[in-house]
Amino acid sequence: MSFSGAPTFQWPPRGFSWRLYHNFFTSPVWLDSLRNSLLVALLTALLATTVGTAAAVALSRLHGRLARFVRTLLMVPIVAPAIVVAVAVYISFLGWRLTGTVPGYVLAHTAIAVPYVLVSVTGALGGFDQRLLKASASLGASPWRSFVRVTMPLISRGILTGAIFAFIVSFDEVVIALFLRSPQFQTMPVQMYNSVTVEIDPTISAASSLMVVAVTIIFLVPQLLRGRARRR
Amino acid sequence: MSSNKMRLSGWPLLLPALALLAGILLVPLGRTLLDSVSEPTWTLKNYENIFTDGVTLTVLGRTVMIAAAVTAAALLIGYPYAYLMTRVSPRARGILLVIVLIPFWTSVMARNFAWIIILQNGGPVQKVFALLGADHVVLYGTSAGVTIAMTQVMLPFMVLPLFSTLGSIDRRLLLAARGLGSSPTAAFWKVFFPLSRGGVVAGVILVFTLSLGFYVTPALLGSPQQSLVAQLLAQRTTQLLDFAAAGALGMVVLIVTLVLVAWANRMGGTMSAIGVVATSRTKDR
Repeated sequence: MSFSGAPTFQWPPRGFSWRLYHNFFTSPVWLDSLRNSLLVALLTALLATTVGTAAAVALSRLHGRLARFVRTLLMVPIVAPAIVVAVAVYISFLGWRLTGTVPGYVLAHTAIAVPYVLVSVTGALGGFDQRLLKASASLGASPWRSFVRVTMPLISRGILTGAIFAFIVSFDEVVIALFLRSPQFQTMPVQMYNSVTVEIDPTISAASSLMVVAVTIIFLVPQLLRGRARRR
Repeated sequence: MSSNKMRLSGWPLLLPALALLAGILLVPLGRTLLDSVSEPTWTLKNYENIFTDGVTLTVLGRTVMIAAAVTAAALLIGYPYAYLMTRVSPRARGILLVIVLIPFWTSVMARNFAWIIILQNGGPVQKVFALLGADHVVLYGTSAGVTIAMTQVMLPFMVLPLFSTLGSIDRRLLLAARGLGSSPTAAFWKVFFPLSRGGVVAGVILVFTLSLGFYVTPALLGSPQQSLVAQLLAQRTTQLLDFAAAGALGMVVLIVTLVLVAWANRMGGTMSAIGVVATSRTKDR
């Protein structure tokens, strides 16, 4: 479909051409939206991974009712309907002047990405022996040094997986992005949405294909790393 | 002493996550709730209007119908699929799992765009129906088309809780039933199916609940005349700027969702299923 020569969404595709890819890579609108998406997703991945890893480490040490409640509370963004979150965030962000801004997108996306980091880092911490930290402390390491030198290397796969999920959650997020968009700033999924609803722009099929390929490659990174680690 | 110190060192690490959750989700949601009961004055009028304005109730009814259709379709496809997963080799099981999770690997917009192409007038689905003698089967812009596309996304949420329940059933019970003279069908319905009820209930509630909030799929594949509750919410917020009415409706949807998910969670396996799905891929909407 993305190689079609036809100017509409015609099926079956007519002819073979790179025209749509050419469109994509020469259109300032599409390229800007791609750049915006990459920027927001990278910042979201950084912030969500930091915040989510800290929370996962904390929750692995805490027990009791309150800790369980906090864990459930932090998972709420996964099950809360995106549209309700989008409406609430939009109304508040209007007042805080955060709509159409990079910080606005990053904050909103981070809030929904943290649970994914929490799940994957918690999984990695499951096999982590807390006694190692006592050993490290008894050898004179500060808690921060113990974390960086002992905990981090052992749970690095969980952190990496979490970062990848956070990136994808943000990169692929449409609903909140549709509400936060401004004429000056929109992300790639929003531009794809526009191209179906407003413009009937077949460039979206090139964009879709690129998106699927990109997401698949990003998802394969941990698999490839695992393969290399095993060979070593 | 050391365990006490460790406990203290835990909570500060949670602060950023909690602050973010509070600032970006809880405060806006709380504010929406407050607006919905205090605009223009302290009143429950915005909630009353849901039942009396003639539009909202129709849209809610339609949303529930579609969510029920998606749930039924997902159960009909998901149960045999999950059953098959328990009967094959671990390797084949892994492949089946990857197949059911593919919708989560594909980008939301790319997936919905693909459905537009497949279902559109003159598209491949219509041509297949034409070959079978059914001319002009229209799916694009109809609730049926929306239901099909939503079922594809929701399938993993049905298959995973079912798989974990079906896998834990002791198959020797079936042999026992057969040994006592029961037919295979009777053994399935009287022994196997009742034991799988927990997974069925969890999957059904989960799929139904998550189906209530879909926005992108009905907006792109459905018709404006057949809008669902999410579209109504969006319209009231961005076009009518009626934040109080949107807030009231949003609160109803949110509370129904959270209550149902909490209930499904009690039925077992759901949160872990969400965890598996979550770490496999993001959600639609």
